[in-house]
Amino acid sequence: MHIEAIGCEPLQLRRVHLENSRTLEVYRRNGGYEAIKKVLDSMSPDDVINDVKKSALRGRGGAGFPTGLKWSFVPKDSPKPKYVVCNADESEPGTFKDRYLMERDPHMLIEGMLIAAYALGAKTNYIYTRGEYRYLIDIMDQALAEARAAGLLGEKILGTDFSCEIYTHTGAGAYICGEETALLSSLEGMRGHPRMKPPFPAVSGLYACPTVVNNVETLTAVPDIIKMGGEAYQKLGTEKSGGTKVWSVSGHVNRPGVYELPMGYDDMEKFIMEDCGGIANGRQLKAVIPGGSSVYIMRAEAVIGKDVRMDYEGLVAGGSSVGSGGFIVMDDTVDIFESTKNLTEFYKHESCGWCTPCREGTDWLVKIFKRIDNGGGRADDAQLMLDLCDNIEGKSFCPLGDAAAWPIQSAVKRFPEDFAKHLVGSRKE
Amino acid sequence: MSQQLTQIRPLSQPVHMPDEPATFSAAVEAEIDGHLAKYPVKRSAILPLMFIVQRERGYLDPAGVLYLANRLALRVTDIWEVATFYSMIQTRPVGKYHIQICKTLSCKILGEPLITERVCKKLGIKPGETTADGRFTVSMVECLGSCGTAPMFQINFDYHENLTPEKVDRILDSLP
Ligand SMILES: Cc1cc2nc3c(=O)[nH]c(=O)nc-3n(C[C@H](O)[C@H](O)[C@H](O)COP(=O)(O)O)c2cc1C
Ligand code: SF4
Ligand code: FES
Repeated sequence: MHIEAIGCEPLQLRRVHLENSRTLEVYRRNGGYEAIKKVLDSMSPDDVINDVKKSALRGRGGAGFPTGLKWSFVPKDSPKPKYVVCNADESEPGTFKDRYLMERDPHMLIEGMLIAAYALGAKTNYIYTRGEYRYLIDIMDQALAEARAAGLLGEKILGTDFSCEIYTHTGAGAYICGEETALLSSLEGMRGHPRMKPPFPAVSGLYACPTVVNNVETLTAVPDIIKMGGEAYQKLGTEKSGGTKVWSVSGHVNRPGVYELPMGYDDMEKFIMEDCGGIANGRQLKAVIPGGSSVYIMRAEAVIGKDVRMDYEGLVAGGSSVGSGGFIVMDDTVDIFESTKNLTEFYKHESCGWCTPCREGTDWLVKIFKRIDNGGGRADDAQLMLDLCDNIEGKSFCPLGDAAAWPIQSAVKRFPEDFAKHLVGSRKE
Repeated sequence: MSQQLTQIRPLSQPVHMPDEPATFSAAVEAEIDGHLAKYPVKRSAILPLMFIVQRERGYLDPAGVLYLANRLALRVTDIWEVATFYSMIQTRPVGKYHIQICKTLSCKILGEPLITERVCKKLGIKPGETTADGRFTVSMVECLGSCGTAPMFQINFDYHENLTPEKVDRILDSLP
């Protein structure tokens, strides 16, 4: 698999190709743990938060919320313990960047978490990793043990008054536990149902204490922000989204892989057709889902010759969104009715069952797809699907409901021909 | 949660709860203590502990449930409640090798159907079934974060990526 930075110096991917990149020694030899030293030597918690604000870093887990702002919501005067929780649940179809960041450079995540913990006053911190990534938990545990032995974790870190612990935690195969409040329920040993917001985790999160939940890639960006300064980091990207972004690319491209690009990279067509080696087997691009399965699907015509800029605003203007940054590229052999059915089954399987619109709605959608598959398609089924989505989107307890509706709505509207051929005249009577 | 429903089914029938909880070696007990020490609240260790029980006993059986209830100072129903939510927690026996084939989009369009066909043909079972000798279980699962190296399956916790039907043969033949 291909791992490469394009259009920028690699930051997140700086060490991935080095031999023994996951060891403390290699990490330190290549700039590692300099940021936490700088923080402990010369910065106050507020300085750190201000730097992260200036960096215009936005959360890489999917929602794109400004990280510095999120950190500033944690009440400073609260007598309760505070927690930093790393979201390594990475289960969004098409997304696998966090996996490689942790596999190749686990100390970068540890350093990012240490800095976050210092800024927020957190003493105990967790990395919630999806259960299937067991080998990554082992890698992280090993890296944590190495850091602990070197005085970078535990009591009096680097001889200062700063003490902090980081532990790994395992999920057990539930996509919904990537949603931050469901993740916290799960970390408390409950079923992974989401919780009402507000209160937001920053105020009342893990064990009802102030908690910051951040994605792996968000936290691994922090050491570089500290080292180069927030402003310099921001300038690598755009005014509204600073720095670089790591994208996962899968599907019908010649070079699937993990790519680091500056935020605001021009443009998506070049990225797919040149950087990722173009469409495999000499076929034509038909569709692309650019942000993990939960975003609008785009037609090739919306990409080719359209200069879609790769950042939050650019992708929205292009008719989709950044989401988790997982590109799923499809060539002209793919039937969008089939691909949409596949994703609908995913959401049905992963609906946590807590609220009716999502639990029942995704189930009905799958039933409709099955009926059509069995030759019972009706001309108005496309409209029926849209109506069902309408009753899920915006009416569900958590964003998984919206995430289930968006791929279907966009596919039905943008690829009507693929649906029509399954509906009209498909009835076996 | 369709897969979880198949797991809930045996629980909707009476489950025989043994009088005695499961017991574990001193080494496993120490490992469990290690997990409990990470959290201010014992209950938080429920998933890591379920995985240990599963590893030691093949699946989370009623004696294992009773053990967890005692160890975590919870009710038996609390344990079942959590166990039935998570697709990786097995409340019924599974084969020694649990082959979990990813069926989600990137794998699907890059040859998953051929992989599934080969696996099932070779083992003579359908997804969701276990071979009569108890060696293999085949399940279809959702995206495992290997879309860039699709198609793929996981055997227990091991990733096998960039699969081809021939590679499937080699992997299955080489299992001890
Ligand atoms: C259904 C659902 C699944 C999610 N899965 C993940 C995930 O696997 N990893 C992740 O970092 N964020 C995921 N998120 C987003 C989190 O709720 C949260 O916004 C994020 O972890 C915050 O971190 P960030 O600000 O660093 O992005 C998911 C959200 C939803 C609604
Ligand atoms: S929207 Fe779906 S996943 Fe979210 S709470 Fe409702 S049922 Fe659960
Ligand atoms: S789609 Fe199969 S691993 Fe992601």
